[in-house]
Amino acid sequence: MIKIKNKFSSPLWSDSLMASNAFKEIKKLVAQIYAETGETINFMEVCGTHTMSIAASGMRKFFPKELKMLSGPGCPVCVTSQGDIDRILEIAAIKDVIITTFGEMMRVKGSSGKDLHSVREEGADIRVLYSPLDALRIASENKDKKIVFIGVGFETTAPIIAQTVFHAHNRKINNFFITPLFKLVPPALKAVLPDGHKISGFILPGHVSVVIGSKSYNFVSEKHKVPCVVAGFEPMDIIGGINMLLLQILRKTPKVETEYFRAVTMDGNKSAQEIMKKVLKVAAAEWRAIGSIEKSGLVLSDAFKRFDAFKHFKIKHYASKEPKGCICGKIIMGLALPADCRFFGNKCTPSDAIGPCMVSSEGACAAWFKYGGQQ
Amino acid sequence: MKNKEKILLAHGSGGRLTHELVKNLFIKKFSNKILNKLDDSAEIKIKNCRVAFTTDSYVVDPIEFPGGDMGRIAVCGTVNDLAVKGARPLAISVGFILEEGFEMKALERIVSSMKKAAKEAGVEIVTGDTKVVEKGKADKIFINTSGIGIIENKISLSASKISIGDSIIVNGNIADHGVTVMNARNNLGFKGAIKSDGAPLNGLIKKILSSCPRVKCIRDLTRGGLGTSLNELADASKLSMLINQKDIPLSPSIESASALLGLDPLYVANEGKIVLFVKKSEEKKVLKLMRSHKYGRNAKIIGSVLKEKKPQVRMRTLMGGERVVMMLEGDQLPRIC
Repeated sequence: MIKIKNKFSSPLWSDSLMASNAFKEIKKLVAQIYAETGETINFMEVCGTHTMSIAASGMRKFFPKELKMLSGPGCPVCVTSQGDIDRILEIAAIKDVIITTFGEMMRVKGSSGKDLHSVREEGADIRVLYSPLDALRIASENKDKKIVFIGVGFETTAPIIAQTVFHAHNRKINNFFITPLFKLVPPALKAVLPDGHKISGFILPGHVSVVIGSKSYNFVSEKHKVPCVVAGFEPMDIIGGINMLLLQILRKTPKVETEYFRAVTMDGNKSAQEIMKKVLKVAAAEWRAIGSIEKSGLVLSDAFKRFDAFKHFKIKHYASKEPKGCICGKIIMGLALPADCRFFGNKCTPSDAIGPCMVSSEGACAAWFKYGGQQ
Repeated sequence: MKNKEKILLAHGSGGRLTHELVKNLFIKKFSNKILNKLDDSAEIKIKNCRVAFTTDSYVVDPIEFPGGDMGRIAVCGTVNDLAVKGARPLAISVGFILEEGFEMKALERIVSSMKKAAKEAGVEIVTGDTKVVEKGKADKIFINTSGIGIIENKISLSASKISIGDSIIVNGNIADHGVTVMNARNNLGFKGAIKSDGAPLNGLIKKILSSCPRVKCIRDLTRGGLGTSLNELADASKLSMLINQKDIPLSPSIESASALLGLDPLYVANEGKIVLFVKKSEEKKVLKLMRSHKYGRNAKIIGSVLKEKKPQVRMRTLMGGERVVMMLEGDQLPRIC
């Protein structure tokens, strides 16, 4: 049971007076840096929830033009490869399978143009859940069916799904499976930092960092010399994070700082890490619009591999083809903005999306479309 | 690729796809002057009498939830559709589609609740119909209600009356109904002050119109929520609307639950909420009237109407930024993380 507190979001987190003072400070710092370097400052927010919060708060209006916020590869739906979506749809079409999933996966189209919504209309049994543990209840109520939970997401969702698998193992539930398609944030950061990259700093995801701890990002500031701030998701968290990044640049001291200290520690959540370690193992993963990155994903460890739906149903690997002309790959890598795409807002909209960034509500294109970021 | 060959759930969400379906199929085939106005109720002239006529179907799951049940909203919804046209609701019809095996006790509870809501609204349920379908061919119970009412001559409410500078008012906290139903449907376990706002608003509207007959337009905020209704009205009036996030009434519990679920309260359904457009000079008077009624205690002025090249709805955010409020795209889906 979740008891809702009277108010968990403090009014200060989006207070207009505090924000306007903070923007004055940001403007001053950006001007100082620009005077020194003559280069635009490109910050990347890695997480889709940050992308949404930036767009929903309308804060872009206050940024000086020398400061750009780019959206990184941190939206779980956006980075699930087209080939993996095709594999999920193949499982959904198998007789006596009940697909259980988080809501957002419903609308992601496979290469045939179908999505879970449309295969449900064709008769597949697909249920949207809020907690993966509900899938175990469905499994015990439907012993003649096979229940598959769509395992996507980052270190935020991986522990709860791992925990679910662990429960299924202990309770000897034999008709429950997952699609292990988890992704890891640190390798994704490495992928967006090739030689010659233009990223001046990272706003790092709050939720993921609660689990993995802020020290997981040390390599970014130490090896790549890029400033990092782990930030919360309220507008003032993000503005505070931007301010901290600007100060790091000015002081020429790249490091990993935590603005979201009310939830994030250096070491993270040990029990979440333990359950992941017990049930899952690191493997190569395919990222939509980026390609395969080694050691960037989590699959089931050997002791739990019987829960792997792909193996159980002998689903083959599909090659991923990206829609022609779509620039989502560049957007996710911080090399382009949604408005740079010729399909944006005309051929590609949330209800008829071409690319992954428009499919998920937390994708950069969807956020820009929904909240008018194009202006 | 277009996904348009089949009916999707989103065609019933009250958002853009619903709008397109109505426009591209129903309006196209049925086209007539009255229907084409797409008001909550149709206005028909019978001799010298202005009659408002409306119909609505109810398929909510679960059928009972904190603050109400399907019976209550089936009566209130139709009463409200009449009332927002300025009509005095007179009589309601009810059609039941029942699933074989549905509990008689549950039906009795729904019917009692309809009786209570009708009494509160001062309308009678004067005709009805019952059909039973095989188990699995319907989900427990579906209800359709239609209603008629009389519109007084001095009243004229329509989106076309909205003009530049008008104030936008809502009668209280938004998103209560949708979040409550979602919580009950999925056993999310949110406790606290979360209950449906289903209520007959004809009393409130009568109170407003008898003192301020020049109110320009009233809309019932049901499916699609405030955001979708404002977009429809911006579209119909060819004017823009600027609303202030800080002024939109929202209970802390609903705000928190929406944030946890990744829902935007602007698009969440209501069953006892209206949005009104009044001349700026009358806003205070209307607000005072509303706040003196039990279904308008938390009424707020949330924004105003502007003239712009391209009609759109925008919101000044809490932090002072600005963003566009679009028509709801598809169903709102809870997010992954």
